[in-house]
Amino acid sequence: MLLSASDLQAIWLTIRLASVVTMILLLVGTPVAWWLARTCSWAKGPLGAMVALPLVLPPSVLGFYLLLAMGPNGPLGWLTTRLGVGPLPFTFWGLVLASVFYSLPFMVQPLQNSFEAIGERPLQVAATLGASPLNAFFTVALPLAKPGFLTASIMTFAHTVGEFGVVLMIGGNIPGVTRVASVQIYDHVEALEYGQAHRLAAVMLIFSFLVLLGMYAWKPRPQKG
Amino acid sequence: MKLFKTLLVVSLLLLSTVVAHAEKITVAAAADLKFAMDEIVTGFKKSHTGAELDVIYGSSGKFHTQIQQGAPYDLFFSADINYPRELAKKGMAASEVKPYAVGRVVLWSNSMDATKMTLASLTDPKIARIAIANPKHAPYGKRAEEALKASGLWDKLQPKFVFGENIAHTAQFVQTGNAQVGIIALSLAVNPELAKKGGYYLIPDKLHNPLEQGYIITKQGAAKPLAKQFADYMGSKPSRSIMTKYGFVLPGEVK
Repeated sequence: MLLSASDLQAIWLTIRLASVVTMILLLVGTPVAWWLARTCSWAKGPLGAMVALPLVLPPSVLGFYLLLAMGPNGPLGWLTTRLGVGPLPFTFWGLVLASVFYSLPFMVQPLQNSFEAIGERPLQVAATLGASPLNAFFTVALPLAKPGFLTASIMTFAHTVGEFGVVLMIGGNIPGVTRVASVQIYDHVEALEYGQAHRLAAVMLIFSFLVLLGMYAWKPRPQKG
Repeated sequence: MKLFKTLLVVSLLLLSTVVAHAEKITVAAAADLKFAMDEIVTGFKKSHTGAELDVIYGSSGKFHTQIQQGAPYDLFFSADINYPRELAKKGMAASEVKPYAVGRVVLWSNSMDATKMTLASLTDPKIARIAIANPKHAPYGKRAEEALKASGLWDKLQPKFVFGENIAHTAQFVQTGNAQVGIIALSLAVNPELAKKGGYYLIPDKLHNPLEQGYIITKQGAAKPLAKQFADYMGSKPSRSIMTKYGFVLPGEVK
């Protein structure tokens, strides 16, 4: 067997985490990107900067704040305890929440760009044809922004797979719950299990390359309307 | 063009400062030494004015790997003497492997009174999370595993474990309240910062292999007199009393 059972478990967990995060961010990121693309409000600058923060912040900063905030003495921990789910560190959903913050710009920014590229005109045309704003969004903006959605989803998924620092700080390294592939590789290296580290690292390398290859090789055909 | 030239000059300056310091040593120390080593270094700098040294704390397993890959550490204080021994076997030590202390393992809590606990208390349903260092590569984690296995508790407690990257990381899980109890180094638990709340329970050392700690001067530090001086200072009276204060049992002393 090329990969051990615990390696496979780590890979499966990573895929599960990245998929859930991508789905949540599609739901959360789309309205944020739409608003950022179309608003003229003063809040555009501050909100845009907040969304981009995880690009700049070291994962340790995010990990540190999240560990305190999600702990039993933090505001998020207080909330989750009240709701009956208990504190989130060391849980799968804790990782999901952290990754949603961490990968937010990778979803919002490509979407925002593609919404901005659509411009006002198609939506104005849709309005003159009697489409409500919501209707216009789903029938005009969404199809036109399809390449943006694809890029954003792939980037979000891939970035979540590549997460390490935040997971190490709030995950607690529990097999099948928070021990994702990147942490598993780190553990292999620490324990001098270079053979296993090599195999899992190679899987990650090939996966990442294929994802990026797919993204760069895929060219949307220019649509003539 | 002017901007480009300025940038070039600035980057050259930045590069030059990197190579400027030669008489400086870097010490890699196991995370359990954090507080004790800080005090020892302060004392060393007082008696050796002008001495420059940096201490990096982390898991002994990691340092072991890094030194094999040529990490620029001049001294390596490991929480498990087997790591420096292995390095010496591979010809990466410039001194003999010297034991410097024996570590003790404790149950420590931030929120509960750990002084009234024993290992059996860990099954208490009020304790949802137990933080231990990763037994795969952290010596204290390995000893925690041994002690819990010897008490027949390991399998039962399995769902409660969260694993820290090193012993300080493990303590931090408890300190932030995310784990109710942690199995950490006595040397960390007696630090005033951690001793303020909760207290600790000393795990009987019959339950695990001795945590014999050892150091070497690495090949990297062979030519640096400061490395030798610091190694000697570790055996000096002030250093030994600091080590004792932090709960280490010293070589050549009967418990």
